[in-house]
Amino acid sequence: MKKQWPLWEIFIRGQHGMNHRHVGSLHAPDAEMAINHARDVYTRRKEGVSIWAVRSTDITASAPSEKGPLFDPAETKVYRHPTFFDIPDDVGHM
Amino acid sequence: MALDEELQADPLFAGQSGAAFEWLCRIGDSTLILGHRVSEWCGHAPVLEEDIALANTALDLIGHTQMWLGLAAEVEGQGRSADDLAYRRDAMAFRNIKLVELPKGDMGLTVMRGFLFDAFHFELLTRLTASKSPRVAEIAAKALKEVSYHLERSSDLVVRLGDGSAESHRRMQAALDHLWPYCGEMFWGDAVDDAMDAADIAPHPAELRDAWDAAVQDVLGEATLQRPETRLDVHLGGKTGRHTEHLGYVLAEMQFLPRAYPDASW
Repeated sequence: MKKQWPLWEIFIRGQHGMNHRHVGSLHAPDAEMAINHARDVYTRRKEGVSIWAVRSTDITASAPSEKGPLFDPAETKVYRHPTFFDIPDDVGHM
Repeated sequence: MALDEELQADPLFAGQSGAAFEWLCRIGDSTLILGHRVSEWCGHAPVLEEDIALANTALDLIGHTQMWLGLAAEVEGQGRSADDLAYRRDAMAFRNIKLVELPKGDMGLTVMRGFLFDAFHFELLTRLTASKSPRVAEIAAKALKEVSYHLERSSDLVVRLGDGSAESHRRMQAALDHLWPYCGEMFWGDAVDDAMDAADIAPHPAELRDAWDAAVQDVLGEATLQRPETRLDVHLGGKTGRHTEHLGYVLAEMQFLPRAYPDASW
């Protein structure tokens, strides 16, 4: 079998979005072509205004087996949600 | 009334409507046939990402066709639609350049043809955005955004494949040598073009040659490909309805459904 192109993770900032969101992955020989491919694969319906491409191998992920120690302690701390304040209308969208 | 005034103000609808119809068919048929050729890769491209990119390009070109042939039908004023022109004319009534009707070949040929056409298409549309005809200028402005990307993408691929492996270089050079003698037709013109030029609707195609030469030279140089020494204008005739044997097969596939089921819709 021939060598596969490396895998890239694609992040797109939408028309009204404030941040880039992960939309999927694709194969490309380098960063420039990853952006071109992302444009063709993920923005066909005018979804985005900005694209980020990151080599999948450059992403460090948390281990699923660590889920308990990492996330469970937050479960009982409802006071960490900022829902106990009245936000003045003047502040607008946060 | 507003529409009548608009039509009268547009030189496309004044006097030389026969020439305008021919000229619009030459662009619209070229984008239609190239769009069909590119669409033949759908489901067959070597990698998924290229498959989608080629399908996007094909759809862009067919979108341009709808606008150009739609306008041609309006100018003709015989009650025909863009679909009538695309699906109910025979090969001799088609006005596309021969370059676009050649079989799609391998990826090298498809990429090289795309590039040679894109470089011309980009120059043409850029000039047409300044057309005295508001309708032409409007379509050109819309199409130019897509064609700018086509050119960027195809230039990039020509460089990558030309300056790639020994095998990709060989295929790109072979594609260039094969397509070169068909390129001159892009810059060939006749009385139709003189009329469009005189009315400031479109430049004479010969005027686009220098910019095309420069753009092509740049990319071929970077791609380490050898610009052929042979003449560009060997295979002419498509613009006046004299085609290669390949066009009939394209039309047979493209027109089968609407001809077999004339009222089919989906």
